[in-house]
Amino acid sequence: MTLLTTLFAAIIVTILWYKRAPNDNMKLGILCVMFWGASLMWLIDAVATYIEDAAELFEPTGAAMLNDLFLGLSVVALALVIWLVILLIKDPNGKVKAALFRKKS
Amino acid sequence: MACFLVPTAEAIVMTVVRKAAGSKNEIGGQAAIKHGDHFHAADSAAKIPFTRKLKWLTNMLWGGSALLAFEHVWHGEVTPWFPFLTAAGDPEEAAIMLREMATSGVAMAVLVTAVWLIILGVVKTYEKRPSIAQSAQEV
Repeated sequence: MTLLTTLFAAIIVTILWYKRAPNDNMKLGILCVMFWGASLMWLIDAVATYIEDAAELFEPTGAAMLNDLFLGLSVVALALVIWLVILLIKDPNGKVKAALFRKKS
Repeated sequence: MACFLVPTAEAIVMTVVRKAAGSKNEIGGQAAIKHGDHFHAADSAAKIPFTRKLKWLTNMLWGGSALLAFEHVWHGEVTPWFPFLTAAGDPEEAAIMLREMATSGVAMAVLVTAVWLIILGVVKTYEKRPSIAQSAQEV
């Protein structure tokens, strides 16, 4: 479930990145590779689980699925926070700088 | 258990390599401009710099490792106190952890690097297309 959640996040962000390409003012490329990197790593984790116990992967209990979904959503939230911090620090459009140093009329 | 440490180690190494390559490119670029090497500058404009390509790999490794590390914290396998990895406290668990690092961890690093190499292959074919190379030079 964590793999699926991250994979869907990766696909959605990739579509959003492609729609805006070559303009990447929102730094979606970083979020994109972050989700793809995590998805690939969890894919290996899923293969390892499958080799050990296939039933655990394909027939999870309701509680395990819910816990994994909750974890997957938390992972997506963490990735979004990391991306937001990078976006605000790099500030490609200079909006943060403009907002901080604007003069009162 | 601690499989994310292998891609993290690769991310550290590749970041150092990228920084070193970046400073080398900067020195090379400045030398080329000093000598008025405009032909070389136009040729390199059609190609994506290798440091940028390396950045794709490091971002993928750092991002994936960070999210995987969070999963390990979630499952109580990583703690904020010494020895940081719960499995490291017990020799039997430590052996299992090391085996997992050697199998799953290495496989994660290899898969991410393999996907990056495939991306590089696709990018190379784009770079070879004359229309793209020409438009890159026009920009």
